[in-house]
Amino acid sequence: MTTFTDPQAVAPAETRAGGSGRVPEQRKRTFGQWFRHKGWRHVVGVVTTLFAVFPLLYVLSAALNSNGTMAGSNVLFSRFDTGNFEALFSNPSRPFGRWFMNTMIIGVVTSAATVFLGALAAYAFSRMRFKGRRVSLLSLLILQMFPQLLAVVAIFLLLNAITDVVPWLGLGSQLGLIMVYLGGALGVNTYLMYGFFNTVPKSLDEAARIDGASHVQVFFTIILPLVTPILAVVGLLAFIGLSSEFVIASVVLTDPDSQTLAVGLYSYVAQQRSENWGVFAAGAVLAAVPVMALFLFLQKYITTGLVSGSVKG
Amino acid sequence: MLTSAPPGPAATRPPQKTAARSDSTLGLLAKIVLLGLVDAFAVYVLITLFLQEKWVILLVGAAVTVLINWIYLRRGGLPAKYLAPGIFFLVVFQVFVMIYSGYVAFTNYGDGHNSTKADAVNAIQLSAQQRVPDSPAYRVSVLEADGDFHLLATDPDGGVSVGTTGVPLEEADDAVTDGTGKGVELEGYRTLQFGEVLANQADILAITVPFSDDPEDGSLKTSDGSNAYVYRPSLSYDETTSTFTDLETGTTYADTGEGSFRSAEGEQLSTGWKINVGFDNFVKAFTDPNIRGPLVQVVLWTFTFAIVSVLSTFALGLFLANAFNLPDLRGKRIYRILMILPYAFPAFLAGLVWSGLLNPEFGFVNNTFFGGADIPWLTDPLLAKVSVLVVNLWLGFPYMFLVCTGALQSLPEEVTEAARMDGATAWRTFTAIKLPLLLVSVAPLLIASFAFNFNNFNVIYMLTDGGPRFDGTTANIGHTDILITMVYEIAFGTGVGRDYGLASALSIIIFIIVAVISAISFRQTKALEDIN
Repeated sequence: MTTFTDPQAVAPAETRAGGSGRVPEQRKRTFGQWFRHKGWRHVVGVVTTLFAVFPLLYVLSAALNSNGTMAGSNVLFSRFDTGNFEALFSNPSRPFGRWFMNTMIIGVVTSAATVFLGALAAYAFSRMRFKGRRVSLLSLLILQMFPQLLAVVAIFLLLNAITDVVPWLGLGSQLGLIMVYLGGALGVNTYLMYGFFNTVPKSLDEAARIDGASHVQVFFTIILPLVTPILAVVGLLAFIGLSSEFVIASVVLTDPDSQTLAVGLYSYVAQQRSENWGVFAAGAVLAAVPVMALFLFLQKYITTGLVSGSVKG
Repeated sequence: MLTSAPPGPAATRPPQKTAARSDSTLGLLAKIVLLGLVDAFAVYVLITLFLQEKWVILLVGAAVTVLINWIYLRRGGLPAKYLAPGIFFLVVFQVFVMIYSGYVAFTNYGDGHNSTKADAVNAIQLSAQQRVPDSPAYRVSVLEADGDFHLLATDPDGGVSVGTTGVPLEEADDAVTDGTGKGVELEGYRTLQFGEVLANQADILAITVPFSDDPEDGSLKTSDGSNAYVYRPSLSYDETTSTFTDLETGTTYADTGEGSFRSAEGEQLSTGWKINVGFDNFVKAFTDPNIRGPLVQVVLWTFTFAIVSVLSTFALGLFLANAFNLPDLRGKRIYRILMILPYAFPAFLAGLVWSGLLNPEFGFVNNTFFGGADIPWLTDPLLAKVSVLVVNLWLGFPYMFLVCTGALQSLPEEVTEAARMDGATAWRTFTAIKLPLLLVSVAPLLIASFAFNFNNFNVIYMLTDGGPRFDGTTANIGHTDILITMVYEIAFGTGVGRDYGLASALSIIIFIIVAVISAISFRQTKALEDIN
C-alpha cells in the first residue's frame, strides 16, 4: 500500500551530517541528497498538513461568512463578519447558548463523577485483597468491550419505565442521562487507574495507617494527590468523549431546551443542510474550540494515557 | 444523589487509636448523612412503586436498598464499601440493559405493540369512536390549566361538569354560568377566548372526555369548541370470548395469539400488545426480504468499513511516524500539532462538516477542486463508501501517528544497529525487525480501534445518514449503513414503524460479534497476565 522509508531514514549512519560528537560543520550536499534525506519528509509533512487542516479552515471561513448558504461558502475567507454568530444566538427555537451550557454541565458533572467512582474502585482493587477480586477485574475488562450505545433501545425503554415512577429521572431529563453515562464509568477507566494506583508504593499507606489514619484518610490525603495525573487524563478523555456523544443523548433528550450541542447542532442541518450552513458552521466553531483547546493543551498527558493502558510490551 | 460512597469506619482494627477520633466522627457523620439521603430517595421511589402496584420492581428495589444499607452499616467488608457505588450504576445501566436487550429481542415490542392487552383493548375502544345518532348536543367552553385543555360541558338538563382526555367528567356545580345557563368559567381554570380556540384547533378537536372509566359508556367530543356530542365505540369488546365486534359491519376480530386482534379475513386492528415471539425477530432478520437483503450487505460493509479503517489509518500513521522519526528535522513540532488537529476536532462535527465539503451540488470539493463538476460523492453507492473511508481516515490517522511515534521511539536501538552490521537493507530492517516489534505493542490498540470502528455511529450517521438508500426495501437503510446505525434506524427511525424487538435482535447479533472479537483480542494481548 505505501512505501515506508528510504534507506536514509532507517540507516542514517553513513550519510549523517553532524552526528553526535562531531563539529557541526555541514558538508555541502547536492539538492538530490538533501531531498532524499530530508526534503521528501517536508513534502509529506506539507501535503498531510493540508489534508488535515483544510476542512477546519473551511469551517472557520464558512462561519465568518454571513452569506450563510453552503454554495456561498466555497471561496475561503472571502468575507469577514459575525452575522452567523449573531444569528446563532438569536434563534429562540434553537437555543445555542443553552445547548452549550447543557453540554458543559453534563460533561463536567459526568466526568467528575466518573473519575470519583473509578478512583474508589481502583483503590479497592489496588490496595485490598478480597474474594472475587480477580473475577471482578476480569469482568470489568470484558465489559468495556461492549459500548453502551449497543443497548440504546433497552436504555430508552428503561428510562421510559423510570419516567412513570420518578419523572425527573426519566426520558427528557439531564439527570437521567448523566446516570446512564455513569453506567459506563467503571468499565473504561478503572483498569487504567488501577495500573497507575499500583505504582504508588504501599509503604506510604502503611506508614499512614501506623500513624493512625483511617483508610478513608489514606485514600483522600495520600493516594489521590499522588495519582492526580491519571485522574486528569481519565476526566479529560471522559469529557471529550461525552461532548461528541450523540446516540444516547438524542434518544433521551427530546426538548430543545435540554439538548446538548451534538443533538442540537445536528438538528440544525438534519433537514436543510445547505440553507443553514453558515449558522451551523459558526456553531461548530464555538463547539469545537473548547474541546480542541483542552486537547492541545494537554495532549502530552492524553497520549501517555492512551498508550500507557496498553503498550506495556 | 447516590453517586458518592459514604466512607465506612475502619472497623477491622481493634479500637485502640484515639488520634483519629475526630476524623472518624466526621466520617461517621458524612456516612450517616449520605446514607440517609440515599434511603430517603429509595423510600420515595418504593412508595411510588407501591402506589402504582408494581410489585416485582418494588421487591427488587427494596432488596437493593437493604443491601446498600447492609454494606455500609456492617463492620468489615471494606472493599464492598468502595466498589458499591460504581457497581450499582454499572449493573443497572450497562449489565441490566444488555440483558434487557436480550429479553426485548424475543418480543414484538414496538409501535402498536408497546403495552399490555388490557391497555390495547382500552386504546381500541377509545380510538374507534362514532357519534351516537340523534344524541343531544352538550354546550361546552374550553378551559386551560397547566397547558392542558379541558372541556366544561353543560348537559341538556343544565348540569355542568368538567373533564379532559383520560379524565372522566366530574360535576362542577360551582362553575360560573352565563345568562343561558351555559357554564363559562371555573375556579382554577382559564377560559379560552374565541381566537385562542381557533389557534389551538387541532388540540381541542382531539379532546375525548369519557363519561366514566369504562370506555363502553361513551365520551364527549367537540368539533367546533362550542358544542360537543356523545360518541360511543364502534367496536364492542366481549370479555368472555376476548373478541371485538364491529357494530356496523358485524365483523369479529379475535385474539389470534400474535399480539393483535384479527378478523377471519386477516384484517388487523391497529393497536396490539406486547407478547413473546420467540426467535421470530431473528428469523425475520434472516428471511424477511425487506430486511434480509439489506442486512447481508450491511454486515459485509460493517466489516469492510472497520477493517479498512484500521488498516488505512495505521498505514498512514506508521508512514508519517517513520517520516518524522528524525531528530533534526526542522519544523517537526509544527507538523505534529497541525496533523493532530483532526483528532481533537469533535467527531460528530467532523462528519457534518465533511458532508458539506462533499455535497455534490454546493460542496467545496466539487466546486473548488473540480471546477463545478457534479461528482456524486455521497449519493453514489460506491463513491459514498469511498468518501466514508476517506473521512474516517482523516479522523483516525492522527491517533495512529501518535501511537506509532511512541512505539517507534521505544524500540531498542541495538537491534537495528545489529541488523545494519549484518548488512540488511533499510526495507528489510523495517519489515523483519521493526514492524514485528512494533506490532507486539500496537496490536491491542489495533483491535480496540477495530472494535471502535465497528460501532462508529457518528461518522456514518452525520456524513451520509446511511444513504444512498437501498432499492426494494421500505426501511430507511442504505449502502453506507453499518449495523449500529441500522439498529438506530429500525428503533427510532422515521421510515417504518419503530420495531424495538427487531432492533434488539440486531443488537444481540452485534453483541455476539463483539464478544468474539474480544475473545480473540484477549488471547492476543495476554492482558490476563497483569491480573494477579
